[in-house]
Amino acid sequence: MQDQLSKFPVLQDAYSALENAFKDSVLESKFEKELSVKVKMEDLLLIVRFLKSEKGFNALNDIIGLDNLSNMAEGQKRFSIIYQLYKYPDYQRIRLVIDVNEGESVDSITSVYNAANWAEREIFDMFGINFIDHPNMRRIYMPDTFTGFPLRKDFPLEGNN
Amino acid sequence: MISGGALTDKIDNPSFILTTLDSMITWAQKNSVWPFGSGLACCAIEMVATACARYDLSRFGMEVFRASPRQADLFIVAGTVTNKMAPVVRRLWEQMPDPKWVVAMGNCAISGGPFPTYAVLQGVEKILPVDVYVAGCPPTPQGLLHGLMTLQAKIQKEHPTKEIFKVHARPTK
Repeated sequence: MQDQLSKFPVLQDAYSALENAFKDSVLESKFEKELSVKVKMEDLLLIVRFLKSEKGFNALNDIIGLDNLSNMAEGQKRFSIIYQLYKYPDYQRIRLVIDVNEGESVDSITSVYNAANWAEREIFDMFGINFIDHPNMRRIYMPDTFTGFPLRKDFPLEGNN
Repeated sequence: MISGGALTDKIDNPSFILTTLDSMITWAQKNSVWPFGSGLACCAIEMVATACARYDLSRFGMEVFRASPRQADLFIVAGTVTNKMAPVVRRLWEQMPDPKWVVAMGNCAISGGPFPTYAVLQGVEKILPVDVYVAGCPPTPQGLLHGLMTLQAKIQKEHPTKEIFKVHARPTK
């Protein structure tokens, strides 16, 4: 991975700083055209804040939810949440991945990126993952009276009714 | 015909036509239907095309698309009605003055179409009384025109004076 990363000095610098600062939190990392780092759920807020303030990843492109129900390996957690960060004007991306179990709550990163507000509401709406300290944690797409979380793999397409 | 003279002047050979009041009212109604432009999805594009010069909805007296339901008497439900939109559609229909008609345009409005899902209302007939269904995905402008002409035929058969005479025929003590 290191030799691939050496072509992107900005990313290399950010990654090595991340590894030094959060030695125990970085669980896994790989480079397939883009850098993807799996981190501990508990330290997510610190890592995001570090990447923004120290390493200049000043934009949050998107937050993506994944339901791993159909390919759950041994010890695999139910959901993954993917944070796509962007550094402008160096045009570099870094992807943070955390694993979350059903019923677990994740720290909201709205205090770091305002853009996370609606994105986290979308994850809550579709997967039912709760975000701690989110300013407005309620459904964004589905009607407020809706029950269930549509993008979970065990949710029937026609709905519950 | 009566220019230059008072209304009480005698007119030689006046033209007249005999008809029922019902026929006259419905004739006027069907030729001045004001649709409410409610484009919910891609069907709206075909609805707009129907109103434009090539298909020319004004031939049927329907070119006055209103942006407010309070000025309209025809609700063309053009597109997918999601469950979240359903209460809004119902409320817009309730805001329209009587008499009013509803055309369900396209398969989505008829039955949910290609979206048998948790998010989409499976047919607008669940919340509105639909007069004419226009099938298609989306229906062509010709299809919508045919649906609207069918609606005109339906309006022509109505009896708007029935309610009035029912009131007057009520036995008095």
